Amino acid sequence: MKITLKVWRQANKDAKGSMKTYRLDDVSEDMSFLEMLDMLNEDLTTKGGEPVAFDSDCREGICGMCGVVIKGSAHGRYESPIATTTCQLHMRYFADGAVIEVEPWRAGAFPVVKDLVVDRSAFDRIIQAGGFISANTGSAPEAHSTPAPKHLADRAFDNACCIGCGACVAACPNGSGMLFTAAKITHLANLPQGQPERHSRVKAMVAAHDGVGFGGCQNVGECAAVCPKKVPLESIAQLNRDLFASLFKSV
Amino acid sequence: MAVTKKSKPSTYFSLGADIHDTKAPAGPIDKKWQARQLQAKLVNPANRRKLTVIIVGTGLAGAAAGATLGEAGYNVHSFCYQDSPRRAHSIAAQGGINAAKNYRNDNDSVHRLFYDTVKGGDYRARETNVYRLAEISAGIIDQCVAQGVPFAREYGGLLDTRSFGGVQVQRTFYARGQTGQQLLIGAYQALERQVAAGTVTMHSRHDMMEVIVHNGKARGIVTRDLISGKIEAWYADAVVLASGGYGNVFFLSTNAMGSNVTAAWRAHRKGAYMANPCYTQIHPTCIPVQGDHQSKLTLMSESLRNDGRIWVPKDPADAEKDPRQIPEEDRDYYLERIYPSFGNLVPRDIASRQAKYMCDDGRGVGPLISEVTQEGVSQQRRRGVYLDFADAIARLGKAAVEKLYGNLFDMYAQITGEDPYATPMRIYPAVHYVMGGLWVDYDLMSSIPGLYVAGEANFSDHGANRLGASALMQGLGDGYFVLPNTINDYLADGPFEKIDDATPAAVEALEAAKARVDRLLAVDGTRTVDSFHREVGAIMWEYCGMERTEEGLQIAIEKIRALREEFWTNVKVPGTGVDFNQALERAGRVIDFIDLAELMCIDALNRRESCGGHFRRESQTEDGEALRHDDEFAYVAAWEYAGDGEAPILHMEPLNYEAIELKQRSYK
Ligand SMILES: Cc1cc2nc3c(=O)[nH]c(=O)nc-3n(C[C@H](O)[C@H](O)[C@H](O)COP(=O)(O)OP(=O)(O)OC[C@H]3O[C@@H](n4cnc5c(N)ncnc54)[C@H](O)[C@@H]3O)c2cc1C
Ligand code: FES
Repeated sequence: MKITLKVWRQANKDAKGSMKTYRLDDVSEDMSFLEMLDMLNEDLTTKGGEPVAFDSDCREGICGMCGVVIKGSAHGRYESPIATTTCQLHMRYFADGAVIEVEPWRAGAFPVVKDLVVDRSAFDRIIQAGGFISANTGSAPEAHSTPAPKHLADRAFDNACCIGCGACVAACPNGSGMLFTAAKITHLANLPQGQPERHSRVKAMVAAHDGVGFGGCQNVGECAAVCPKKVPLESIAQLNRDLFASLFKSV
Repeated sequence: MAVTKKSKPSTYFSLGADIHDTKAPAGPIDKKWQARQLQAKLVNPANRRKLTVIIVGTGLAGAAAGATLGEAGYNVHSFCYQDSPRRAHSIAAQGGINAAKNYRNDNDSVHRLFYDTVKGGDYRARETNVYRLAEISAGIIDQCVAQGVPFAREYGGLLDTRSFGGVQVQRTFYARGQTGQQLLIGAYQALERQVAAGTVTMHSRHDMMEVIVHNGKARGIVTRDLISGKIEAWYADAVVLASGGYGNVFFLSTNAMGSNVTAAWRAHRKGAYMANPCYTQIHPTCIPVQGDHQSKLTLMSESLRNDGRIWVPKDPADAEKDPRQIPEEDRDYYLERIYPSFGNLVPRDIASRQAKYMCDDGRGVGPLISEVTQEGVSQQRRRGVYLDFADAIARLGKAAVEKLYGNLFDMYAQITGEDPYATPMRIYPAVHYVMGGLWVDYDLMSSIPGLYVAGEANFSDHGANRLGASALMQGLGDGYFVLPNTINDYLADGPFEKIDDATPAAVEALEAAKARVDRLLAVDGTRTVDSFHREVGAIMWEYCGMERTEEGLQIAIEKIRALREEFWTNVKVPGTGVDFNQALERAGRVIDFIDLAELMCIDALNRRESCGGHFRRESQTEDGEALRHDDEFAYVAAWEYAGDGEAPILHMEPLNYEAIELKQRSYK
């Protein structure tokens, strides 16, 4: 396949960036999108240019390290028939001769580090605010002492599978991190072990979310549409219910 | 038992004195850990915040250790190369985690888990460490459940378990096909809780480049900030390496793109012994290589082997036929045929090697792959076997299969563009895990005092082969329970004398790190870093992969040496050192892989026996099974670095089996 790439190049966080055009003539359908970018970088390097910086690690859709906007959609969601991360998107979904724009996540809370790489440490700060269960090592009771109803454990799982990639933020017109926050709230709120801190958690995490520069949620729903792990939009409703309930608790 | 030393020094290495673990107390095996915990010196809670511990790595081992030491009140500095600690490669583990809970009432016990692990490791692991791992396994599950890890549950609300490769009990706990992710997120959240509490300081996007060894003790590390390029020293009273495995030396593996040996290798060069580096695990159920551009291989959890049946056509002529059109009588379910009692659940090394043999025999399926054999012959072979769920779908229904394996099937479909519900998957072995790693004693301390090693980075518990679902157990066991109970014995003598950037050991390490960056940039040759990585990987896969020979390993060593020469004269690293420069990051990793590759081949060459994942063609039984030589090789090979271009020094740790009798493994 022949591909034309228009890639965002930005030297560092303070530099002004712009789109640059590159051509690749020998792309195979079996390549993943990132393998195609590897090919571009090998080509740039041998020709004396500077390779495009982009993040990836596991390349199997689970670590959440990769993520770019492809032809206007986060992870190229609208190029793929199924939910996907950038690393799992394959070139077979693009037509020969395609022109593909590649840009970094754009959101106030995710400053660009270089080219397609952004700083997502704001997510870690939301977790620090309360995205955990306080259980020191060694203090745990026998695992079977508290059964957890299967349907609730399953719902917890459907949210715990969030990989923290940030596609939800990139897709949101307000740059909101509410789906990410809601996924953690819903994961922990559906388990018996998560109950003691349920109300303090939601308050603290939402406050941290707003504090680190994410925008507010206006229920656009684009976040869930691009989520590679299909975290449901209803989780935001759960967050709002818990947040409302927490107002009446002295936590 | 006594080991007669047949390992003679050769041109490849010289022989040093034997080494021994001095930390496991005497007495019956089931009392040792308790005794060690009683013996170990303690640190008064009020003194702990005056003691600093550096932890390199935030995978299961590093995050669990960081959280636990933080909770205990130590001042912890935690490092990872990713942008967030939550992305360590533990996240990719799919299948599950073992624990001797005996929830199934199927005769499981600490002793059985211990026995299975030693046997699975082909009697090349240290008994005392393995026993302790089995002992603490149950507590790991309790801890994870308390943190909110959403393990699979049954309708009654209790935890579900399944059986996993190589064992006959159902002791594997799991969270759909994403167990590693859920365990890591649990440990990550515990770590972030300590970041918020101020006990842990997190340094993401930092690459460890050197260990600082002052007066014989590990006292810090040098890192490169991957965004700014700043090279900086960090000081501590003890250093923990939890930097994961080095399977990426093979270029194509199931590891993450950034998985590396650099942290361990730099420590090795400073005096930490590297143990059994040639013990590599090649996982039988991976998606086969598709083409030359491939950057990594993807594992399909071996839990698939519980319900999938592995076969190849009996007749090579059927290779291109639609597998659904091949009648039962023309299929060879070779694992069920050769190993009737374990069938498709034989240990990984056996399943992998048999797949290789089937394909060597011309009965592989999938695309033709060009390759060069050890004998130097260029050929084309199909490298794949079928993993078939047709029976399982007929028996359980599609919905049930989807529930169990849905995410794996989706992943397969996404990568290959084929529908595994309709047609059998194709699988082939791929490098997945390394049993080798830095040598540690019972306390997990390396041969450098104050340098501890946890998780896949150490050699500790899996001998020559690791059983499925045991790495997650070991990583969390090391991090939550072992280290926090042993490191205090060392720290009790601290805080140690203050050192800073002017201390000669720090000056030396800082300068070495800077010189290395300058040297990598200065070569300015014509070949990309990746091309060197691919080449060393191809050498290792051919000569130091599933089957190794005396002659082949010698050829490999020559090729690796030549490649190193070429690297230092012809590598092209674009950009600068004071910037975010991913080619530079990779270049440092690749040259360390090249150095490691040579040691792996020397280790494999010395070990003239087959054991676990290490199969020497010259050492097999009449029916082609691995043949150990316990009289000569029942030892851990711990390698000491002797200087650039110098032959490494072999130290042997004899393995004594008191609780378990040494037996030739059999899964027939
Ligand atoms: C695809 C796959 C599936 C698996 N499935 C299973 C399974 O089902 N069950 C099982 O028991 N095991 C499984 N394993 C094995 C298991 O996941 C690993 O052995 C284990 O998770 C390793 O954990 P770790 O903490 O030692 O290292 P890792 O999780 O690899 O973490 C390494 C850490 O070190 C850091 N690091 C590395 N180098 C540097 C450096 N130079 N500077 C700074 N930081 C550095 C990284 O940033 C990272 O934080 C699987 C492995 C793979 C690859
Ligand atoms: S690289 Fe890990 S999710 Fe894409």
